[in-house]
Amino acid sequence: MSEKPVVLEVSHLKKYFKAGANAVLKAVDDVTFNIHEGETLGLVGESGCGKTTCGRTCIALYDKTDGMVKYKGQDVHTLKGKELKAFRKDAQMIFQDPYASLNPRMTVADIIAEGIDIHGLAANHKERTEKVYHYLDLVGLNKEHANRFVHEFSGGQRQRIGIARALAVEPKFIMCDEPISALDVSIQAQIVNLLIRLQKDMGLTYLFVAHDLSMVKHISDRIAVMYLGVVAELTTSAELYDHPLHPYTQALLSAIPIPDPEIERKRSANRIKLEGDVPSPINPPAGCRFKGRCKYATELCDKQVPELKEVSPGHFVACHLY
Amino acid sequence: MENILEVKDLRVSYHTYAGEVQSVRGVSFNVERGEALAIVGESGCGKSVTVRAVMGLIKGPTGEVKPGSSILYNGEEILNYNKKQWSAYRGAEAAIIFQDALTALNPTMTVGKQIAENLIIHKNLNKQEALAEATEMLRVVGIPEPEKRVKQYPHEFSGGMRQRVMIAIAFACDPKLLIADEPTTALDVTIQAQILDVISDLQKQHGTSVILITHDLGVVANIAKHIVVMYSGMIIEKGLCEEIFYQPKHPYTWSLLNAVPRLDLENKQDLVAIEGTPPDLIAPPKGCPFSTRCKYCMNICNERMPEFTSFGGEHKAACWLHHPMAANSIKESGLEFPFELGGVENE
Repeated sequence: MSEKPVVLEVSHLKKYFKAGANAVLKAVDDVTFNIHEGETLGLVGESGCGKTTCGRTCIALYDKTDGMVKYKGQDVHTLKGKELKAFRKDAQMIFQDPYASLNPRMTVADIIAEGIDIHGLAANHKERTEKVYHYLDLVGLNKEHANRFVHEFSGGQRQRIGIARALAVEPKFIMCDEPISALDVSIQAQIVNLLIRLQKDMGLTYLFVAHDLSMVKHISDRIAVMYLGVVAELTTSAELYDHPLHPYTQALLSAIPIPDPEIERKRSANRIKLEGDVPSPINPPAGCRFKGRCKYATELCDKQVPELKEVSPGHFVACHLY
Repeated sequence: MENILEVKDLRVSYHTYAGEVQSVRGVSFNVERGEALAIVGESGCGKSVTVRAVMGLIKGPTGEVKPGSSILYNGEEILNYNKKQWSAYRGAEAAIIFQDALTALNPTMTVGKQIAENLIIHKNLNKQEALAEATEMLRVVGIPEPEKRVKQYPHEFSGGMRQRVMIAIAFACDPKLLIADEPTTALDVTIQAQILDVISDLQKQHGTSVILITHDLGVVANIAKHIVVMYSGMIIEKGLCEEIFYQPKHPYTWSLLNAVPRLDLENKQDLVAIEGTPPDLIAPPKGCPFSTRCKYCMNICNERMPEFTSFGGEHKAACWLHHPMAANSIKESGLEFPFELGGVENE
């Protein structure tokens, strides 16, 4: 992957929100990673760990607090006017909730063509219609669906419309924000297969945000595990499963049930149990964020924030153990 | 083994403006005393409605348990219960844990009061005794500082802690039958593991029978003895946990098992996508409900609902592929099957 050019370069990104008079919610606190062309980077973590905020800040839907996000060498947070518009065409998003992210008062054709109209990608009405049909076909829907409204579709079909809308402006980079978590198991596989096929055919780059580690492992080339606003571990998906280093990653992997009674019986005996909940990101603990739930925690973890270090080629971990 | 619950030919419908939605269409299963049964299926397959009927929570005028249905609890027909009998049964004999603890709990009552409510009604405790018992229950389900927590309101608890409160309420009167309706769906995986441990520990200690509802086959692998797979209001396969996981006989069960990526297998394995969507239950198909999405669909599948074929023991599946007459048609089709065909005997 390293030979391919870097598409998105995130360095020391911070995003804080005000949470009352004296409180600061540190949703993303010093996150660094790169995404290469044609790659899928999975961003995984439990709810409230800042993975969606991180993704949204990367495509400049939120202003950053500090740090830098570069898309093909340009700082995305300083873009204005024409340049910003061009970036918006290049970087698209697929949303989590297909029920809330599509306008109920627009027809499917208008939803998909909105981006085409804004960016002037169709010369005339005929071409616009043809494009709409093309993208409907691409995501496994058909022409008859173009003039319907969103309420006539099932969850899986709506998510396909959301994907068609993202693709319609010919993007290079797509941020998928939990695109399958609102869907049923049998429909999830349809959407994931579609996303993988589209990536192969169109050479797309994905930032895939999700909480379901087994699905993220399936779709991603590399995975970043987030915990309370920081990246705990970053490596290839196979390496992450075979040699998880961070105690949090180990616990997370061990908590995921495998649909196989015999294997599950063996695993449950050795399961790493995490006590307690994720602490609040408002005024988070000093030192390592994970120390309160970590059985290896030492004094050093209280005092010093562990840096993200490369312990073996391409395998980064933020833990004082290494 | 003795059965604590026997559900026979349960049919539940909801009357809506669009027509009669036949949510549950003839479901029969048994729950053994002290054992865990899992009901697995996608949303809208009728699994929640089935257990709501067991708790007597199907309410008119829209909801209706169809005549001819039967639910026997310890040999007693509970569908004939009057209001008083239902009150004695709910909470004391059978208890339910809902999926979304935040909506299930009362936001205006302290959690202590909500646990004590049950104890005051069913165990004739006075207020102090009940609150002391409630504190003890919070300790049992693993909530730190129960003396302080018992006086707090649900909004002061995290998602996992709320679900623990739900479990405390359910177990307060030591029920014989516990229904857990997707207890961990709204929770993170690390919290899910904690909650499943609490339920499974309490089940072992008290010898409670459990019905666990879920759409995640991984969750049931280590807990359930028996599994029932539902699709569009019907049971399409049932059997022991190992039988369902290792020798699935229905194409739907097999697809469901292969639709989720497994953490322990190679990356980019092919996911089996089940094309299409489940049928509309206002006008359910006259044949097999899975026929429109099934790769192995034959002519008969669109015409008639298959009977259960038995595969020895309690393992049964409702699919025409296992009918002796299907052998020729299967040969002609030249399809390869990921599972063995043919049953032990036809019922």
